[in-house]
Amino acid sequence: MKILVVIKQVPDSTTNIKIRPDGEDIERSGIKMVVDPFDEFAIEQAVQLKEKRSDVESVTALIMGPARCSEALRTILAVGADDAIHLQDEAFEKLDELQVAATLGAVIKDGGYELVFRGKQEIDLDSGQLGPALAEALDWPHVGAATKFEPAEDGKSFTANRRIEGADERVEVRLPALVTCEKGLCEMRYPSLPNLMKAKRKPVKAMTAADVPGFAEITAGVGGSEMHQFAPPPQRPPGRILKGEAEETAKELVKLLREEAKAI
Amino acid sequence: MTNDILIFVEQRDDRVHPGALQCVTPGKSLAEKAGGKVVACIVGDNIDGATSAVEQTGVDRIITVSDPALKMYSALRYRTALAAVMEKVEPRVVLMAATFMGRDLSPRVAMRTKAALATDVIELDLTGDGELDIVRPLYNGKATCHVKFPKDRPAIATIRANTFPTPTGGSGAAREDLPYTTLDGDDRINVLEIAKTGGDVKDVTEADIIVSGGRAMKNEDNFKLIFELAKELDAAVGASRAACDAGYQPHSRQVGLTGKTVTPKLYIACGISGAIQHMAGMRGSKIIVAINTDTEAPIFNIADYGIVDDLFKVVPILTEEVLRLKG
Ligand SMILES: Cc1cc2nc3c(=O)[nH]c(=O)nc-3n(C[C@H](O)[C@H](O)[C@H](O)COP(=O)(O)OP(=O)(O)OC[C@H]3O[C@@H](n4cnc5c(N)ncnc54)[C@H](O)[C@@H]3O)c2cc1C
Ligand SMILES: Nc1ncnc2c1ncn2[C@@H]1O[C@H](COP(=O)(O)O)[C@@H](O)[C@H]1O
Repeated sequence: MKILVVIKQVPDSTTNIKIRPDGEDIERSGIKMVVDPFDEFAIEQAVQLKEKRSDVESVTALIMGPARCSEALRTILAVGADDAIHLQDEAFEKLDELQVAATLGAVIKDGGYELVFRGKQEIDLDSGQLGPALAEALDWPHVGAATKFEPAEDGKSFTANRRIEGADERVEVRLPALVTCEKGLCEMRYPSLPNLMKAKRKPVKAMTAADVPGFAEITAGVGGSEMHQFAPPPQRPPGRILKGEAEETAKELVKLLREEAKAI
Repeated sequence: MTNDILIFVEQRDDRVHPGALQCVTPGKSLAEKAGGKVVACIVGDNIDGATSAVEQTGVDRIITVSDPALKMYSALRYRTALAAVMEKVEPRVVLMAATFMGRDLSPRVAMRTKAALATDVIELDLTGDGELDIVRPLYNGKATCHVKFPKDRPAIATIRANTFPTPTGGSGAAREDLPYTTLDGDDRINVLEIAKTGGDVKDVTEADIIVSGGRAMKNEDNFKLIFELAKELDAAVGASRAACDAGYQPHSRQVGLTGKTVTPKLYIACGISGAIQHMAGMRGSKIIVAINTDTEAPIFNIADYGIVDDLFKVVPILTEEVLRLKG
């Protein structure tokens, strides 16, 4: 079985986000970029499977994005991916997520993969569109936000748990399939220095839009949303600090929540 | 494409998700602007209760797709059902709640129907040329942006809970049933079991009020204080990652970047510092209350009301006060 892990490089979650003066994007310079924390679960799950099962042939990492993504790729290769594909082209920058999914679908389709892992959500765009959209592009089933993954002995299906409102859902899915990973599935191991060195020698295949079969048509066929007018989050009105002994402040708070905020 | 607005009304066990009914409010104003109708679509099995709940919101038309195979949510089957409804209605805009189901289903449906999609929407409007223009948060709530949709294809938007009020005062929508026609391979996902988590306590994604505890709770036992206040407020119990990692509460209650995103009407943070990753999950709450001993805790920057004091003193009095108010 060949496994693919789709990753994205995103600004670190602690980064200060500043908006560009023209409002058309955020300031990109000086931002610390990392592997999306949810994609970390995806690579770890894939590598663990390879370590546990003799029928796993290889783990390939796929990333789309500019040259700086090679840093994220190196981490992923050091954690245990065997090789990688790096899609890099200016034409990719303008795609919305559905169009990215269509593009990745075309790249993956004939690769012989049976299992694709991906984080449940990109922490930059925060949308979580890519996983399910990619599954649809491939016409595969998917499990979203999986917290547990157990392949069947025969390697033809698996069961997975996923978190939903107030409940835990257990599903059975036939391969080939895509799984998006939620916290709780596993924690990514720390890439060791020797492995980071070795990662440098692992093969990375570079691809551009010209290498994607039918790129122009498939991206014209779906999506096309555009992001504009970036802004800081809506300002909250200044808060009020209640002063005094606990006895008074607690009483005052309940009163305010009732009468002013009308929240209780 | 018509000028109709289609609303996918999420239900489980014949219970409509409150966020789904809230979609009717922006649905009506978009329909009015576009000169179209509001069409609701309910997918499931045995959905009479859900159907009449939708009817009361004053939609113009209801399409049900009911079949035993649709009893439980499956990404493939529900995608097939909703895509069929879209093909029939040819809506300009499709709205659904930004829930686990909405987030899971909308990208598949958008791909299948060649639509465009925006998730977690907090504002939406039709421009003069009939283009949908929406606002959504991104970068874990550290920014927002407008998303413009192309004019020549349907726009799908999932809407954040508690962004819009639930409409009332309707009846008598035209009703029709559409059969569920299986697509090849729809049975590749099967739900084996749905196990409730959290016992009698509401889930953070379902409650109007959340009382959350952080590392300052010190142990699981002390969370009793949080549960007692939550009970009186009919609230859910949440926790920071520090509290979950330390084992005080299960991760299903974690709020934040790697936990759940919540937008309740009231969020009470007890002994939570307000790390950027925690705020990522709760800064969209309507009213935020912070109780923290540290005047400098970042949570006070986004709190509407703050008490700088020991939560072990304040919380029990709050519980008592709420109880008295109700009594
Ligand atoms: C990739 C990534 C993802 C993350 N995801 C999440 C997430 O989803 N959710 C999340 O919450 N965190 C997340 N974190 C962790 C986050 O950075 C913080 O470490 C965490 O939120 C801290 O939790 P806390 O506020 O409970 O603890 P602390 O930061 O230790 O704060 C405890 C607070 O309690 C106050 N206090 C102490 N005693 C009392 C008392 N008696 N009464 C009142 N106040 C008291 C203190 O003044 C302090 O402000 C993530 C981190 C990373 C790197
Ligand atoms: N969901 C995704 N998965 C992987 N790469 C993506 C995804 N979305 C965008 N990209 C690429 O990542 C880079 C940065 O994207 P963004 O920050 O989303 O504008 C661009 O080169 C995009 O083409």
